[in-house]
Amino acid sequence: MIDINTMLFAPEWGFLRFAVLVGLLISPALGVIGTLVVTRRISSLAGASAHAALGGFGLALFLQRACGLAFVTASGGALAGALIAALTVGIVSITAKEREDTVIGAVWALGMSVGLLFLDHTPGYVDWQSYLFGNILLLSQHDLYLTLGLDLIVLVPVTVFFPQLLAMLFDNTFAGLRGIRGNLIYLAMLALTAVTIVLLINLVGIMLVIALLTLPAAAAGCCTVRLKSMMIMSAVFNALFVVAGLVVSSLFSLPSGPTIVVFAGVVYVALLGIRKLRKK
Amino acid sequence: MGCSCGSCAEEPVVELNNVDFSYSSGELVIDNACLKIMPGVSGCIVGPNGGGKSTLLKLLLGILVPERGKVRIFGKSPSESRRRIGYMPQYHQLDAAFPVSALEVTLMGRVSNRVFFRHSKADRNYALEVLAELGIADLAERNFAGLSGGQRQRVLIARALAGEPELLLLDEPTANIDPGAEEQFYGILEQLRKRMTVITVSHDLGFVNRETDLIICVNRQVATHLPAEFTAETANEIYHHSMNLIKHDHSCFCHCEGEGK
Repeated sequence: MIDINTMLFAPEWGFLRFAVLVGLLISPALGVIGTLVVTRRISSLAGASAHAALGGFGLALFLQRACGLAFVTASGGALAGALIAALTVGIVSITAKEREDTVIGAVWALGMSVGLLFLDHTPGYVDWQSYLFGNILLLSQHDLYLTLGLDLIVLVPVTVFFPQLLAMLFDNTFAGLRGIRGNLIYLAMLALTAVTIVLLINLVGIMLVIALLTLPAAAAGCCTVRLKSMMIMSAVFNALFVVAGLVVSSLFSLPSGPTIVVFAGVVYVALLGIRKLRKK
Repeated sequence: MGCSCGSCAEEPVVELNNVDFSYSSGELVIDNACLKIMPGVSGCIVGPNGGGKSTLLKLLLGILVPERGKVRIFGKSPSESRRRIGYMPQYHQLDAAFPVSALEVTLMGRVSNRVFFRHSKADRNYALEVLAELGIADLAERNFAGLSGGQRQRVLIARALAGEPELLLLDEPTANIDPGAEEQFYGILEQLRKRMTVITVSHDLGFVNRETDLIICVNRQVATHLPAEFTAETANEIYHHSMNLIKHDHSCFCHCEGEGK
Protein backbone atom coordinates (compact mmCIF):
# COMPACT_ATOMS: atom_id res chain seq x y z
CA MET A 1 0.00 0.00 0.00
CA ILE A 2 1.30 3.44 -0.89
CA ASP A 3 1.19 5.98 1.92
CA ILE A 4 -0.05 9.54 1.59
CA ASN A 5 3.47 10.95 1.79
CA THR A 6 4.59 9.08 -1.29
CA MET A 7 1.54 10.26 -3.19
CA LEU A 8 2.08 13.85 -2.24
CA PHE A 9 5.79 14.10 -2.81
CA ALA A 10 7.30 11.22 -4.78
CA PRO A 11 8.25 12.28 -8.32
CA GLU A 12 6.76 9.15 -9.89
CA TRP A 13 3.32 10.23 -8.62
CA GLY A 14 3.55 13.59 -10.37
CA PHE A 15 0.95 12.57 -12.96
CA LEU A 16 -1.57 11.95 -10.18
CA ARG A 17 -0.93 15.27 -8.48
CA PHE A 18 -1.30 16.96 -11.83
CA ALA A 19 -4.56 15.17 -12.57
CA VAL A 20 -5.91 16.13 -9.14
CA LEU A 21 -4.96 19.74 -9.81
CA VAL A 22 -6.76 19.75 -13.17
CA GLY A 23 -9.74 18.01 -11.57
CA LEU A 24 -9.94 20.63 -8.83
CA LEU A 25 -9.58 23.48 -11.30
CA ILE A 26 -12.30 22.19 -13.60
CA SER A 27 -14.77 21.76 -10.72
CA PRO A 28 -16.13 25.35 -10.59
CA ALA A 29 -16.93 25.42 -14.32
CA LEU A 30 -18.23 21.87 -14.18
CA GLY A 31 -20.46 22.69 -11.19
CA VAL A 32 -22.09 25.54 -13.08
CA ILE A 33 -22.42 23.75 -16.43
CA GLY A 34 -23.60 20.52 -14.75
CA THR A 35 -26.31 22.44 -12.90
CA LEU A 36 -27.44 24.05 -16.15
CA VAL A 37 -27.49 20.68 -17.93
CA VAL A 38 -29.52 19.06 -15.13
CA THR A 39 -32.03 21.87 -14.53
CA ARG A 40 -32.54 22.51 -18.23
CA ARG A 41 -32.78 18.71 -18.81
CA ILE A 42 -30.31 18.53 -21.66
CA SER A 43 -28.13 15.61 -20.55
CA SER A 44 -28.90 13.68 -23.73
CA LEU A 45 -27.89 16.72 -25.76
CA ALA A 46 -24.62 16.75 -23.81
CA GLY A 47 -24.21 13.04 -24.57
CA ALA A 48 -24.69 13.64 -28.29
CA SER A 49 -22.14 16.45 -28.14
CA ALA A 50 -19.61 14.20 -26.38
CA HIS A 51 -19.97 11.46 -28.99
CA ALA A 52 -19.77 13.96 -31.81
CA ALA A 53 -16.44 15.00 -30.28
CA LEU A 54 -15.17 11.54 -31.22
CA GLY A 55 -16.29 12.21 -34.79
CA GLY A 56 -14.33 15.44 -34.85
CA PHE A 57 -11.36 13.76 -33.23
CA GLY A 58 -11.32 10.94 -35.80
CA LEU A 59 -11.68 13.29 -38.76
CA ALA A 60 -8.96 15.60 -37.45
CA LEU A 61 -6.52 12.77 -36.85
CA PHE A 62 -7.25 11.35 -40.31
CA LEU A 63 -6.67 14.73 -41.97
CA GLN A 64 -3.49 15.17 -40.00
CA ARG A 65 -1.93 11.82 -40.72
CA ALA A 66 -3.43 10.64 -44.01
CA CYS A 67 -3.64 14.01 -45.74
CA GLY A 68 -0.65 15.65 -44.11
CA LEU A 69 -2.53 18.63 -42.74
CA ALA A 70 -0.24 19.32 -39.81
CA PHE A 71 -2.23 22.29 -38.53
CA VAL A 72 -5.27 20.10 -37.76
CA THR A 73 -5.05 18.94 -34.15
CA ALA A 74 -7.00 16.11 -32.59
CA SER A 75 -8.34 18.21 -29.72
CA GLY A 76 -9.28 21.00 -32.12
CA GLY A 77 -11.26 18.46 -34.11
CA ALA A 78 -12.95 17.15 -30.98
CA LEU A 79 -13.93 20.69 -29.97
CA ALA A 80 -15.31 21.45 -33.43
CA GLY A 81 -17.32 18.21 -33.41
CA ALA A 82 -18.75 18.84 -29.95
CA LEU A 83 -19.62 22.47 -30.74
CA ILE A 84 -21.27 21.71 -34.07
CA ALA A 85 -23.34 18.92 -32.49
CA ALA A 86 -24.46 20.97 -29.48
CA LEU A 87 -25.40 24.01 -31.55
CA THR A 88 -27.16 21.95 -34.23
CA VAL A 89 -29.35 20.22 -31.66
CA GLY A 90 -29.90 23.54 -29.87
CA ILE A 91 -31.07 25.28 -33.02
CA VAL A 92 -33.36 22.35 -33.84
CA SER A 93 -34.88 22.50 -30.36
CA ILE A 94 -35.50 26.23 -30.70
CA THR A 95 -37.07 26.07 -34.14
CA ALA A 96 -38.85 22.69 -34.15
CA LYS A 97 -39.29 21.31 -30.67
CA GLU A 98 -41.03 18.04 -31.48
CA ARG A 99 -38.16 16.26 -33.27
CA GLU A 100 -35.43 17.07 -30.78
CA ASP A 101 -34.90 13.55 -29.42
CA THR A 102 -34.59 12.09 -32.91
CA VAL A 103 -31.97 14.64 -33.87
CA ILE A 104 -30.08 13.97 -30.63
CA GLY A 105 -30.08 10.22 -31.34
CA ALA A 106 -28.88 10.78 -34.89
CA VAL A 107 -26.08 13.16 -33.92
CA TRP A 108 -25.02 10.83 -31.10
CA ALA A 109 -24.72 7.73 -33.30
CA LEU A 110 -23.38 9.55 -36.36
CA GLY A 111 -20.68 11.31 -34.37
CA MET A 112 -19.48 8.04 -32.91
CA SER A 113 -19.62 6.16 -36.24
CA VAL A 114 -17.85 8.85 -38.24
CA GLY A 115 -15.14 8.95 -35.58
CA LEU A 116 -14.58 5.21 -35.57
CA LEU A 117 -14.57 5.01 -39.40
CA PHE A 118 -11.95 7.72 -39.74
CA LEU A 119 -9.84 6.27 -36.94
CA ASP A 120 -9.94 2.91 -38.68
CA HIS A 121 -8.41 4.48 -41.79
CA THR A 122 -5.92 6.67 -39.99
CA PRO A 123 -2.38 5.43 -40.49
CA GLY A 124 -0.26 4.68 -37.44
CA TYR A 125 -1.23 3.78 -33.90
CA VAL A 126 -4.33 5.43 -32.51
CA ASP A 127 -5.02 5.17 -28.82
CA TRP A 128 -8.77 5.61 -29.20
CA GLN A 129 -9.46 3.84 -25.91
CA SER A 130 -7.98 6.82 -24.12
CA TYR A 131 -10.61 8.97 -25.73
CA LEU A 132 -13.46 6.65 -24.84
CA PHE A 133 -12.47 5.97 -21.25
CA GLY A 134 -10.09 8.79 -20.36
CA ASN A 135 -6.39 8.75 -19.64
CA ILE A 136 -5.02 11.07 -17.03
CA LEU A 137 -1.50 10.38 -18.27
CA LEU A 138 -2.41 12.41 -21.35
CA LEU A 139 -3.14 15.56 -19.31
CA SER A 140 -0.68 18.30 -20.16
CA GLN A 141 0.24 21.81 -19.12
CA HIS A 142 -1.88 22.86 -22.07
CA ASP A 143 -4.97 21.27 -20.42
CA LEU A 144 -4.26 23.19 -17.25
CA TYR A 145 -4.34 26.55 -19.02
CA LEU A 146 -7.43 25.56 -21.00
CA THR A 147 -9.17 24.59 -17.75
CA LEU A 148 -8.37 27.96 -16.21
CA GLY A 149 -9.68 29.62 -19.36
CA LEU A 150 -12.86 27.53 -19.12
CA ASP A 151 -13.45 28.66 -15.53
CA LEU A 152 -13.14 32.24 -16.69
CA ILE A 153 -15.51 32.00 -19.66
CA VAL A 154 -18.09 30.10 -17.60
CA LEU A 155 -18.01 31.95 -14.28
CA VAL A 156 -17.81 35.52 -15.59
CA PRO A 157 -20.94 35.49 -17.80
CA VAL A 158 -22.91 33.41 -15.29
CA THR A 159 -22.12 35.93 -12.53
CA VAL A 160 -22.82 38.95 -14.70
CA PHE A 161 -26.11 37.64 -16.10
CA PHE A 162 -27.34 35.49 -13.22
CA PRO A 163 -30.86 37.00 -12.81
CA GLN A 164 -31.44 36.80 -16.56
CA LEU A 165 -30.11 33.25 -16.68
CA LEU A 166 -32.42 32.21 -13.85
CA ALA A 167 -35.45 33.78 -15.56
CA MET A 168 -34.58 32.18 -18.89
CA LEU A 169 -34.02 28.70 -17.42
CA PHE A 170 -37.30 28.84 -15.51
CA ASP A 171 -39.48 30.24 -18.28
CA ASN A 172 -37.93 31.28 -21.58
CA THR A 173 -41.18 32.70 -22.97
CA PHE A 174 -41.70 35.03 -20.03
CA ALA A 175 -38.03 36.05 -20.00
CA GLY A 176 -38.44 36.99 -23.66
CA LEU A 177 -41.27 39.35 -22.73
CA ARG A 178 -38.87 41.06 -20.32
CA GLY A 179 -36.51 41.69 -23.22
CA ILE A 180 -34.12 38.85 -22.42
CA ARG A 181 -32.71 37.08 -25.46
CA GLY A 182 -33.21 33.62 -24.03
CA ASN A 183 -32.33 31.70 -27.18
CA LEU A 184 -29.01 33.49 -27.43
CA ILE A 185 -28.21 32.69 -23.79
CA TYR A 186 -29.29 29.09 -24.42
CA LEU A 187 -26.94 28.70 -27.40
CA ALA A 188 -24.07 30.31 -25.48
CA MET A 189 -24.77 27.85 -22.68
CA LEU A 190 -24.63 24.94 -25.15
CA ALA A 191 -21.34 26.18 -26.58
CA LEU A 192 -19.84 26.33 -23.08
CA THR A 193 -21.19 22.84 -22.41
CA ALA A 194 -19.41 21.57 -25.52
CA VAL A 195 -16.11 23.15 -24.45
CA THR A 196 -16.47 21.63 -20.98
CA ILE A 197 -17.14 18.21 -22.48
CA VAL A 198 -13.98 18.32 -24.59
CA LEU A 199 -11.87 19.31 -21.59
CA LEU A 200 -13.36 16.46 -19.57
CA ILE A 201 -12.49 13.84 -22.16
CA ASN A 202 -8.92 13.27 -20.95
CA LEU A 203 -10.12 13.03 -17.38
CA VAL A 204 -13.00 10.56 -17.72
CA GLY A 205 -13.42 9.80 -21.43
CA ILE A 206 -16.29 10.33 -23.86
CA MET A 207 -18.41 7.48 -22.51
CA LEU A 208 -18.45 8.89 -19.00
CA VAL A 209 -18.59 12.62 -19.66
CA ILE A 210 -22.38 12.78 -19.21
CA ALA A 211 -22.05 11.06 -15.84
CA LEU A 212 -19.66 13.71 -14.56
CA LEU A 213 -21.81 16.46 -16.04
CA THR A 214 -24.99 15.27 -14.36
CA LEU A 215 -24.28 13.21 -11.23
CA PRO A 216 -22.62 15.91 -9.06
CA ALA A 217 -25.33 18.44 -10.01
CA ALA A 218 -28.05 15.87 -9.35
CA ALA A 219 -26.48 15.08 -5.98
CA ALA A 220 -26.40 18.82 -5.21
CA GLY A 221 -30.05 18.99 -6.25
CA CYS A 222 -30.86 16.54 -3.46
CA CYS A 223 -29.41 18.93 -0.88
CA THR A 224 -30.62 22.34 -2.03
CA VAL A 225 -33.56 23.99 -3.77
CA ARG A 226 -31.85 27.14 -5.08
CA LEU A 227 -29.99 27.39 -8.36
CA LYS A 228 -27.01 29.31 -7.02
CA SER A 229 -26.34 26.99 -4.09
CA MET A 230 -26.85 24.04 -6.42
CA MET A 231 -24.03 25.35 -8.61
CA ILE A 232 -21.69 25.85 -5.67
CA MET A 233 -22.52 22.55 -4.05
CA SER A 234 -22.18 20.76 -7.35
CA ALA A 235 -18.68 22.22 -7.75
CA VAL A 236 -17.75 20.95 -4.27
CA PHE A 237 -19.11 17.48 -5.07
CA ASN A 238 -17.16 17.50 -8.32
CA ALA A 239 -13.94 18.26 -6.53
CA LEU A 240 -14.61 15.52 -3.97
CA PHE A 241 -15.51 12.88 -6.55
CA VAL A 242 -12.56 13.66 -8.81
CA VAL A 243 -10.00 13.65 -5.99
CA ALA A 244 -11.41 10.54 -4.35
CA GLY A 245 -11.73 8.76 -7.68
CA LEU A 246 -8.21 9.65 -8.84
CA VAL A 247 -6.56 8.66 -5.57
CA VAL A 248 -8.43 5.37 -5.22
CA SER A 249 -7.92 4.43 -8.87
CA SER A 250 -4.18 5.07 -8.60
CA LEU A 251 -3.88 3.11 -5.36
CA PHE A 252 -5.57 0.03 -6.77
CA SER A 253 -4.50 0.56 -10.40
CA LEU A 254 -8.07 0.97 -11.63
CA PRO A 255 -9.11 3.07 -14.62
CA SER A 256 -9.66 6.59 -13.28
CA GLY A 257 -12.79 7.61 -15.22
CA PRO A 258 -15.02 4.74 -14.07
CA THR A 259 -13.74 5.07 -10.48
CA ILE A 260 -14.68 8.77 -10.37
CA VAL A 261 -18.10 8.05 -11.85
CA VAL A 262 -18.79 5.18 -9.42
CA PHE A 263 -18.04 7.53 -6.52
CA ALA A 264 -20.40 10.13 -7.95
CA GLY A 265 -23.11 7.56 -8.61
CA VAL A 266 -22.93 6.01 -5.13
CA VAL A 267 -23.16 9.41 -3.42
CA TYR A 268 -26.06 10.48 -5.65
CA VAL A 269 -28.04 7.30 -5.01
CA ALA A 270 -27.33 7.55 -1.27
CA LEU A 271 -28.52 11.17 -1.14
CA LEU A 272 -31.60 10.25 -3.12
CA GLY A 273 -32.33 7.48 -0.62
CA ILE A 274 -31.85 9.79 2.36
CA ARG A 275 -34.21 12.35 0.84
CA LYS A 276 -36.87 9.70 0.20
CA LEU A 277 -36.58 8.42 3.78
CA ARG A 278 -36.83 11.93 5.21
CA LYS A 279 -40.01 12.63 3.29
CA LYS A 280 -41.71 9.59 4.81
CA MET B 1 -63.41 46.16 -40.11
CA GLY B 2 -62.53 48.55 -37.28
CA CYS B 3 -64.85 50.06 -34.75
CA SER B 4 -68.04 51.53 -36.09
CA CYS B 5 -69.20 53.52 -33.11
CA GLY B 6 -67.23 56.64 -34.10
CA SER B 7 -66.88 57.83 -30.53
CA CYS B 8 -63.61 56.12 -29.68
CA ALA B 9 -61.39 59.04 -28.84
CA GLU B 10 -59.32 56.92 -26.49
CA GLU B 11 -56.61 54.65 -27.78
CA PRO B 12 -57.63 51.00 -27.67
CA VAL B 13 -55.59 48.71 -25.43
CA VAL B 14 -55.78 45.89 -27.93
CA GLU B 15 -56.50 46.18 -31.61
CA LEU B 16 -56.43 43.46 -34.23
CA ASN B 17 -57.03 44.39 -37.86
CA ASN B 18 -57.72 41.59 -40.36
CA VAL B 19 -55.23 39.25 -38.76
CA ASP B 20 -54.47 35.92 -40.42
CA PHE B 21 -52.22 33.37 -38.85
CA SER B 22 -51.19 29.79 -39.69
CA TYR B 23 -48.51 27.46 -38.39
CA SER B 24 -46.16 25.76 -40.84
CA SER B 25 -48.84 23.16 -41.65
CA GLY B 26 -50.57 25.80 -43.74
CA GLU B 27 -54.21 25.91 -42.68
CA LEU B 28 -55.32 29.20 -41.15
CA VAL B 29 -55.66 28.98 -37.37
CA ILE B 30 -56.80 32.58 -37.09
CA ASP B 31 -58.76 33.85 -40.07
CA ASN B 32 -59.34 37.56 -40.67
CA ALA B 33 -59.62 38.42 -37.00
CA CYS B 34 -60.71 41.87 -35.93
CA LEU B 35 -60.84 42.86 -32.30
CA LYS B 36 -60.81 46.07 -30.35
CA ILE B 37 -60.62 46.31 -26.58
CA MET B 38 -60.91 49.73 -24.99
CA PRO B 39 -59.35 50.77 -21.68
CA GLY B 40 -61.28 49.62 -18.65
CA VAL B 41 -62.84 46.71 -20.48
CA SER B 42 -61.89 43.19 -19.46
CA GLY B 43 -62.25 40.36 -21.88
CA CYS B 44 -62.52 36.62 -21.74
CA ILE B 45 -61.34 34.44 -24.61
CA VAL B 46 -63.45 31.32 -25.06
CA GLY B 47 -63.80 28.66 -27.70
CA PRO B 48 -63.33 24.97 -28.36
CA ASN B 49 -60.00 23.19 -28.04
CA GLY B 50 -57.88 23.77 -31.10
CA GLY B 51 -60.00 26.80 -31.95
CA GLY B 52 -57.05 29.18 -31.67
CA LYS B 53 -57.35 30.59 -28.13
CA SER B 54 -53.69 30.11 -27.28
CA THR B 55 -52.65 31.26 -30.72
CA LEU B 56 -54.60 34.48 -30.22
CA LEU B 57 -52.93 34.99 -26.85
CA LYS B 58 -49.49 34.45 -28.39
CA LEU B 59 -50.32 36.95 -31.12
CA LEU B 60 -51.20 39.51 -28.44
CA LEU B 61 -47.92 38.79 -26.66
CA GLY B 62 -45.92 39.10 -29.86
CA ILE B 63 -44.57 35.55 -29.48
CA LEU B 64 -46.24 34.82 -32.81
CA VAL B 65 -46.32 37.26 -35.71
CA PRO B 66 -49.38 37.44 -37.97
CA GLU B 67 -49.15 36.43 -41.59
CA ARG B 68 -51.39 39.28 -42.59
CA GLY B 69 -52.93 42.18 -40.73
CA LYS B 70 -51.79 44.05 -37.68
CA VAL B 71 -51.76 43.49 -33.94
CA ARG B 72 -51.56 46.68 -31.91
CA ILE B 73 -51.17 46.86 -28.14
CA PHE B 74 -51.47 50.41 -26.78
CA GLY B 75 -51.15 51.59 -30.38
CA LYS B 76 -47.76 49.94 -30.90
CA SER B 77 -46.48 46.52 -31.89
CA PRO B 78 -46.65 43.90 -29.09
CA SER B 79 -42.85 43.82 -28.74
CA GLU B 80 -42.68 47.60 -28.37
CA SER B 81 -45.39 47.45 -25.70
CA ARG B 82 -44.16 44.34 -23.92
CA ARG B 83 -43.12 46.24 -20.80
CA ARG B 84 -46.75 47.22 -20.31
CA ILE B 85 -48.00 43.64 -20.67
CA GLY B 86 -48.16 41.11 -17.84
CA TYR B 87 -48.46 37.46 -18.79
CA MET B 88 -49.35 34.42 -16.74
CA PRO B 89 -48.93 30.99 -18.35
CA GLN B 90 -50.47 27.81 -16.94
CA TYR B 91 -48.33 26.51 -14.11
CA HIS B 92 -48.03 23.02 -15.51
CA GLN B 93 -46.27 24.35 -18.60
CA LEU B 94 -43.25 25.04 -16.40
CA ASP B 95 -40.71 22.61 -14.98
CA ALA B 96 -42.11 21.55 -11.61
CA ALA B 97 -38.69 20.54 -10.29
CA PHE B 98 -36.80 23.75 -11.01
CA PRO B 99 -34.84 24.98 -7.95
CA VAL B 100 -36.28 28.44 -7.30
CA SER B 101 -38.23 30.20 -4.52
CA ALA B 102 -41.62 31.87 -4.90
CA LEU B 103 -40.00 35.27 -4.29
CA GLU B 104 -37.33 34.59 -6.94
CA VAL B 105 -40.09 33.71 -9.44
CA THR B 106 -41.96 36.92 -8.56
CA LEU B 107 -38.80 38.98 -9.00
CA MET B 108 -38.46 37.63 -12.55
CA GLY B 109 -41.31 40.00 -13.39
CA ARG B 110 -38.92 42.89 -12.71
CA VAL B 111 -35.81 41.51 -14.38
CA SER B 112 -34.24 43.59 -17.13
CA ASN B 113 -31.73 42.81 -19.85
CA ARG B 114 -29.13 45.21 -18.45
CA VAL B 115 -25.57 43.95 -17.96
CA PHE B 116 -24.76 43.42 -14.26
CA PHE B 117 -28.45 43.78 -13.43
CA ARG B 118 -29.31 42.92 -9.83
CA HIS B 119 -32.68 43.23 -8.11
CA SER B 120 -32.75 46.27 -5.85
CA LYS B 121 -34.19 46.47 -2.36
CA ALA B 122 -37.14 48.33 -3.91
CA ASP B 123 -37.68 45.44 -6.34
CA ARG B 124 -37.78 42.96 -3.48
CA ASN B 125 -40.18 45.12 -1.49
CA TYR B 126 -42.46 45.52 -4.47
CA ALA B 127 -42.43 41.76 -5.10
CA LEU B 128 -43.24 41.10 -1.45
CA GLU B 129 -46.10 43.61 -1.59
CA VAL B 130 -47.56 41.86 -4.62
CA LEU B 131 -47.29 38.50 -2.88
CA ALA B 132 -49.02 39.98 0.18
CA GLU B 133 -51.79 41.41 -1.99
CA LEU B 134 -52.41 37.95 -3.40
CA GLY B 135 -52.44 36.51 0.11
CA ILE B 136 -49.30 34.43 -0.26
CA ALA B 137 -46.67 36.56 1.51
CA ASP B 138 -45.89 33.60 3.77
CA LEU B 139 -44.86 31.52 0.75
CA ALA B 140 -42.13 33.95 -0.39
CA GLU B 141 -39.18 31.84 0.70
CA ARG B 142 -40.84 28.52 -0.08
CA ASN B 143 -39.66 26.36 -2.92
CA PHE B 144 -41.83 26.88 -6.01
CA ALA B 145 -41.77 23.16 -6.74
CA GLY B 146 -43.24 22.38 -3.30
CA LEU B 147 -46.36 24.54 -3.73
CA SER B 148 -49.84 23.36 -4.66
CA GLY B 149 -51.23 24.07 -8.12
CA GLY B 150 -53.34 26.98 -6.93
CA GLN B 151 -50.41 28.49 -5.04
CA ARG B 152 -48.09 28.13 -8.00
CA GLN B 153 -50.67 29.76 -10.23
CA ARG B 154 -50.87 32.68 -7.81
CA VAL B 155 -47.09 33.04 -7.74
CA LEU B 156 -47.19 33.27 -11.53
CA ILE B 157 -49.82 36.03 -11.29
CA ALA B 158 -47.52 37.76 -8.81
CA ARG B 159 -44.68 37.53 -11.33
CA ALA B 160 -46.90 39.09 -14.00
CA LEU B 161 -48.02 41.87 -11.62
CA ALA B 162 -44.48 42.56 -10.40
CA GLY B 163 -43.76 44.16 -13.77
CA GLU B 164 -46.53 46.73 -13.07
CA PRO B 165 -48.47 45.92 -16.24
CA GLU B 166 -51.36 47.88 -17.69
CA LEU B 167 -52.61 44.88 -19.65
CA LEU B 168 -52.73 41.47 -17.96
CA LEU B 169 -53.04 38.30 -20.04
CA LEU B 170 -54.00 35.16 -18.12
CA ASP B 171 -53.92 31.71 -19.72
CA GLU B 172 -56.55 29.45 -18.14
CA PRO B 173 -56.06 30.68 -14.58
CA THR B 174 -58.57 28.26 -13.09
CA ALA B 175 -57.53 25.13 -14.97
CA ASN B 176 -56.17 22.33 -12.77
CA ILE B 177 -56.69 24.05 -9.43
CA ASP B 178 -59.06 23.06 -6.65
CA PRO B 179 -62.45 24.78 -6.19
CA GLY B 180 -61.39 26.67 -3.05
CA ALA B 181 -58.42 28.19 -4.83
CA GLU B 182 -60.68 28.98 -7.75
CA GLU B 183 -63.00 31.05 -5.53
CA GLN B 184 -59.98 33.02 -4.25
CA PHE B 185 -58.96 33.61 -7.80
CA TYR B 186 -62.23 35.27 -8.68
CA GLY B 187 -61.75 37.64 -5.76
CA ILE B 188 -58.24 38.53 -6.90
CA LEU B 189 -59.34 39.12 -10.47
CA GLU B 190 -62.19 41.36 -9.39
CA GLN B 191 -59.64 43.60 -7.67
CA LEU B 192 -57.25 43.57 -10.62
CA ARG B 193 -59.94 44.50 -13.11
CA LYS B 194 -60.35 47.82 -11.34
CA ARG B 195 -56.72 48.75 -12.02
CA MET B 196 -55.93 47.32 -15.43
CA THR B 197 -57.25 45.60 -18.51
CA VAL B 198 -57.44 41.87 -17.87
CA ILE B 199 -57.81 39.38 -20.69
CA THR B 200 -58.34 35.78 -19.66
CA VAL B 201 -58.39 32.58 -21.66
CA SER B 202 -60.91 30.30 -20.05
CA HIS B 203 -62.66 27.01 -20.35
CA ASP B 204 -64.75 27.78 -17.32
CA LEU B 205 -68.04 29.24 -18.46
CA GLY B 206 -69.13 30.24 -14.96
CA PHE B 207 -66.01 32.35 -14.89
CA VAL B 208 -66.95 33.88 -18.20
CA ASN B 209 -70.23 35.27 -16.98
CA ARG B 210 -68.99 36.54 -13.63
CA GLU B 211 -65.73 38.17 -14.45
CA THR B 212 -65.91 39.81 -17.79
CA ASP B 213 -67.23 42.77 -19.79
CA LEU B 214 -66.59 41.22 -23.17
CA ILE B 215 -66.62 37.66 -24.42
CA ILE B 216 -64.18 36.96 -27.22
CA CYS B 217 -65.22 33.85 -29.06
CA VAL B 218 -62.37 32.23 -31.00
CA ASN B 219 -62.87 29.45 -33.46
CA ARG B 220 -60.65 30.35 -36.38
CA GLN B 221 -62.73 33.49 -36.62
CA VAL B 222 -62.89 35.95 -33.78
CA ALA B 223 -66.17 37.47 -32.63
CA THR B 224 -67.15 39.37 -29.53
CA HIS B 225 -70.29 39.15 -27.43
CA LEU B 226 -71.56 40.97 -24.40
CA PRO B 227 -72.04 38.73 -21.36
CA ALA B 228 -75.76 39.50 -21.30
CA GLU B 229 -76.24 37.73 -24.62
CA PHE B 230 -73.97 34.91 -23.65
CA THR B 231 -76.44 32.56 -22.04
CA ALA B 232 -76.12 28.90 -21.21
CA GLU B 233 -77.63 28.04 -24.58
CA THR B 234 -75.11 30.03 -26.57
CA ALA B 235 -72.29 28.54 -24.54
CA ASN B 236 -73.63 25.11 -25.18
CA GLU B 237 -73.74 25.83 -28.83
CA ILE B 238 -70.16 27.00 -28.97
CA TYR B 239 -68.87 23.94 -27.26
CA HIS B 240 -71.11 21.17 -28.46
CA HIS B 241 -72.87 21.99 -31.67
CA SER B 242 -72.30 23.78 -34.84
CA MET B 243 -73.13 27.24 -33.76
CA ASN B 244 -75.83 29.29 -35.29
CA LEU B 245 -75.74 32.97 -35.88
CA ILE B 246 -75.36 35.04 -32.77
CA LYS B 247 -75.76 38.74 -32.77
CA HIS B 248 -72.95 40.51 -30.99
CA ASP B 249 -72.02 44.06 -30.19
CA HIS B 250 -70.58 44.94 -33.57
CA SER B 251 -72.82 45.20 -36.52
CA CYS B 252 -71.85 41.86 -37.94
CA PHE B 253 -72.48 38.22 -37.25
CA CYS B 254 -70.20 35.55 -36.09
CA HIS B 255 -70.28 32.03 -37.21
CA CYS B 256 -68.49 29.56 -34.98
CA GLU B 257 -68.11 25.94 -35.90
CA GLY B 258 -68.29 23.84 -32.74
CA GLU B 259 -66.30 20.73 -32.10
CA GLY B 260 -69.25 18.76 -33.39
CA LYS B 261 -69.45 16.38 -30.46
